[in-house]
Amino acid sequence: MKYRLLKVIAAVYFLTLNPAMGNSFITLVSTTSTENSGLLDNIVPKFREQSKINVRVVAVGTGRAMKLGEMGDADMILVHHRASEEEFVSKGFGIERSEVMYNDFVIVGPPEDPANIRYENRTLDALSQIYEHEMPFVSRGDDSGTHKKELELWTMAGLNAQQYSGNWYHETGAGMGATLNIANAMGAYTLSDRGTWLSFKNRDRLVLLFEDDPPLHNQYSIILVNPEHHPHIKINEARSFANWLVSDQGQQAIADFTFAGQQLFFPNAQSKHR
Amino acid sequence: MQFASVLPLVFQNLGVSRQGKLLLDNLNTTVESAGTTIILGPNGAGKSLLLRIAHGLDLPDQGSLQWNQQTPQPGEPWRAFVFQKPVFLQRSVYANLEYVLKLNKIGKTNCDSLIREALQHTGLAELAARSARTLSGGEQQRLNIARAWILKPKVMLLDEPTAELDPSGVATIEMLIKAIAQQCTKIVMTTHSLGQAKRLASDILFLHQGRLIEHTSANLFFSQPETDLAKDFIAGKLLNNH
Amino acid sequence: MNDFSQAFSKAIWLIIQLDGDLIEIVTLSLQVSLTAVLIASMIGLPLGAALALYRFFGRGLLVAMLNTFMGLPPVVVGLVVYLILSRSGPLGMLGLLFTPTAMIIAQVCLIAPIVAALTRQTILDANDEYHEQLKALGAKPSGLMITLLWETRYSLVTNMFAGFGRAIAEVGAVLIVGGNINHSTRVMTTAIALETSRGDIELALALGIILIMLSLTVTSVVMGARHAAYKIYN
Repeated sequence: MKYRLLKVIAAVYFLTLNPAMGNSFITLVSTTSTENSGLLDNIVPKFREQSKINVRVVAVGTGRAMKLGEMGDADMILVHHRASEEEFVSKGFGIERSEVMYNDFVIVGPPEDPANIRYENRTLDALSQIYEHEMPFVSRGDDSGTHKKELELWTMAGLNAQQYSGNWYHETGAGMGATLNIANAMGAYTLSDRGTWLSFKNRDRLVLLFEDDPPLHNQYSIILVNPEHHPHIKINEARSFANWLVSDQGQQAIADFTFAGQQLFFPNAQSKHR
Repeated sequence: MQFASVLPLVFQNLGVSRQGKLLLDNLNTTVESAGTTIILGPNGAGKSLLLRIAHGLDLPDQGSLQWNQQTPQPGEPWRAFVFQKPVFLQRSVYANLEYVLKLNKIGKTNCDSLIREALQHTGLAELAARSARTLSGGEQQRLNIARAWILKPKVMLLDEPTAELDPSGVATIEMLIKAIAQQCTKIVMTTHSLGQAKRLASDILFLHQGRLIEHTSANLFFSQPETDLAKDFIAGKLLNNH
Repeated sequence: MNDFSQAFSKAIWLIIQLDGDLIEIVTLSLQVSLTAVLIASMIGLPLGAALALYRFFGRGLLVAMLNTFMGLPPVVVGLVVYLILSRSGPLGMLGLLFTPTAMIIAQVCLIAPIVAALTRQTILDANDEYHEQLKALGAKPSGLMITLLWETRYSLVTNMFAGFGRAIAEVGAVLIVGGNINHSTRVMTTAIALETSRGDIELALALGIILIMLSLTVTSVVMGARHAAYKIYN
């Protein structure tokens, strides 16, 4: 019967359609920086080997990551904006926040550096130079951790750059990579996390101009989504991944991840969550 | 006589107007004879429209047309309609005939023999597997008639069935029509061809500009036409507006 | 131009070495979009035909909606499907978000209106041609739909693949409801978006070239089959 063959084809088709079905998995919503840099692709298999739990990574900005967590669409979130994280926990959306690792932000821009920021010592002065010279600056504008950080820096410098939006201040509303592509094309300055910057391949007209200043510290934390709001949250599996991340093994895995010989993330778990 | 159930065909004050134009103007007559009735007239006389009303494809605005006191509805299997330009399904010749049988819920067991018979009758047996749309004009018209004939209707209405055929095609179709008429099927057919009317008609309805000018037996019509219009038409003259 | 030739040779290289990740992504792309086309056709073909042939309450509104929905931005579709499938949404308990099934649902919403609207036009045209003849033969209005759908099957395949083209090429909807999860919901378009954001323009372009080749292959296979079938009947 030709119908039997048809049935077999249909069966194979639908079984392969949801390949991870039946396996235990958790959904981690992370920032684009950890995904674009390849960190999670690198360390998740190490965790899976031990625990037999797969981690599905959805990469979005910090703002949307928190929204997804709030709606119960993720089991845990890996984000990098302390003030938002604390609010997320205090509102009861998340529990057991643990700091996992850090890297830092850098300011990149055209090699000619028309705003002369490369000789500044303080981040805020560098930004003031850009502001005063009205040099093109590309902002994420997407409510991500990097965007929030950038807005904080402007505020700390006492500058309102957003009023020049569309003039020399450009809001892309896009991910870090897309924003770097745009900065590259425009010959503009932008704030990037170092991980994305180092692993970013299309930087023919961009160079690193400013780095190594305490305000540029970039702390990543993991937060479990509160199972009281969402009973379907796989809290045990999620917790075991969180515990692994802050364990010696997990921290070592983060430290071992390099891109072109450079370490992108620096583990700094404080052993227990706060 | 088996025509008893469908005849007479009666037109009563039959009128149709479209967009303010009178297309059929108060037709009154009765067709009682078996044989072949030809609706004759120049282009624009209203022949096709009259035929379509006889199959229920169009409705009159006034008066009525009835087959033995029944107003026709399309799809009654005792009556079949043959269009001048047939539309065939994009299937084989065989499947096109099968489709009609299926529409009329003829049991599968009879289907094949009915189709074979219809194909045989119309000389299409060799072409059963061919796609209907690739047939020549003459073959298409034969299939058209086979499709109408397959349900053995008591009445077959044909709208200028040979208008687009070459002389040999015309002869074949006319032979087919004669054969069908001899099997006790009432034929009503439109044509603008005098020769065809002469060859086939037993009675003639002569139409001009929506009016029924004459309705007589074919012999009388051609030997002693009553009206000037009919005389002129038979003489091959252009008909003026009267 | 150098970028293009490099991307092109990279695309060829990825194909000939049967890159495992690539095969996985291509397979999922095809599965999602072909399934979406099948389901969208099961909805769109009868719906389009019914809108062409029958008069019923709300028909005009439905036609207007279909024509509008033909041009729906995928992102909007993605967002709406996300809100429905989210754990906090009405169908959240199904747990479908970030699965291929969710991507299929989004693509069905995206292309069912296209298939329906195109089918409506195809059937309208066919009805002009066939209606008198079929009516004279005694076809009932209910049977007309099946007959006309079958008669126009070659055109309808083209309509379906207009839908397929849109499904396989869109990124907005599948990104939102699928999440671009590696080894799980990553398809050609979301992979291209990811590689672009990683700044790997060459790889992104190579994937783009492969996507076009894939689309071309599927379309040629279907059109070839259509042509062969057409030849048998005509």
